[in-house]
Amino acid sequence: MMPLYAILLLAAGTYAYRIAGPLLGHRLALSERLRHLLAVAAAVLLVALVATGALTQGHGFAGWARPAGVLVAGVLAWRRAPFPAVVVAGAATTAVLRLCGVG
Amino acid sequence: MDMRSLLRTLEHATVRDIALVCLADALVGASFGAISVSGGLPLWVPIVLSVLVFAGGSQFAAVGVVLSGGGALAAVVTGLVLNARLLPFGFTVADVLQGPWWRRLLGAQLITDESAAFVLQQDRPQRRRAAFWVCGIGLFVVWNVAVLLGALAGGLIGNTDALGLDAAFPAVLLALVLPSLVDRRTRTAALVGAVVAVAATPYVPAGLPVLLALVGLLFAGRPAAAGGPEGAEGAEESEGSREPEAVAAAVKEEVR
Repeated sequence: MMPLYAILLLAAGTYAYRIAGPLLGHRLALSERLRHLLAVAAAVLLVALVATGALTQGHGFAGWARPAGVLVAGVLAWRRAPFPAVVVAGAATTAVLRLCGVG
Repeated sequence: MDMRSLLRTLEHATVRDIALVCLADALVGASFGAISVSGGLPLWVPIVLSVLVFAGGSQFAAVGVVLSGGGALAAVVTGLVLNARLLPFGFTVADVLQGPWWRRLLGAQLITDESAAFVLQQDRPQRRRAAFWVCGIGLFVVWNVAVLLGALAGGLIGNTDALGLDAAFPAVLLALVLPSLVDRRTRTAALVGAVVAVAATPYVPAGLPVLLALVGLLFAGRPAAAGGPEGAEGAEESEGSREPEAVAAAVKEEVR
């Protein structure tokens, strides 16, 4: 469940990141090292979400159908396929595998 | 400041690129709405998230944590770490957010990867300003309408697992993150993080594995800047804009 207070916390924090630059821009600058770390942190979190989302369900393995679909989507995205094709192909692969009895 | 004169300020190609990015993001937004609601969240959650947070990656991340059984606080922390990249973007576009205080406060909400990228492509102050507002307002409207429509559609879907929709969520995130993985050290850090997160999943509460992935940052290395970290001090102007420029390149790539 996603309670309203959680959404408000995330919104307030996100707005704070946004407004800091326009408010403080003249008085301080971010170091190149911090910018780099922030960019890498975003990529690390997203890839971790992809990996856990594709492979796990609860505390266990999600079965083969889901990671297979994500893999197909990943290959298509890597080959620069259009976004809708990537998502539909991923979901369709998983759906077809389940239809064939793959967990 | 009316939209017509802002549009006239921009080159034709820029307006077209902004429209194409809006279209691409509409598809991402619609999938966000549909996946959230079909995953079991009430209709208002994706809609309120989209208006108030207005940052696609963190919206997907927060909902993903919650749908996989994680706590609300883990979802908030994940979203906030993800959105920390907006901090440097705010400094990058600070110069276009001039004028009355209310305009600055409203404009800040429109800072996204995309609007920062379009600002950076422009050289003249007038055009930087126009690019920011056109992209920002356009994306805000398109994104939220798309999320609403997607959420309504998601409510109509019955058995989501049979349709493979549980694979759609990681698939969307993968498509979003792939361009940033061309950098070798980012890739290493992300791979280490992913292995840690998956390995920790059986043993720690849901939501925590993704945060544990941040140990991958130990492999993030130094910025790709020439010279050492000390050499960066003098050249603030050019140094400061490196990350958003990478985003600008990625957005251009996506448009094609």
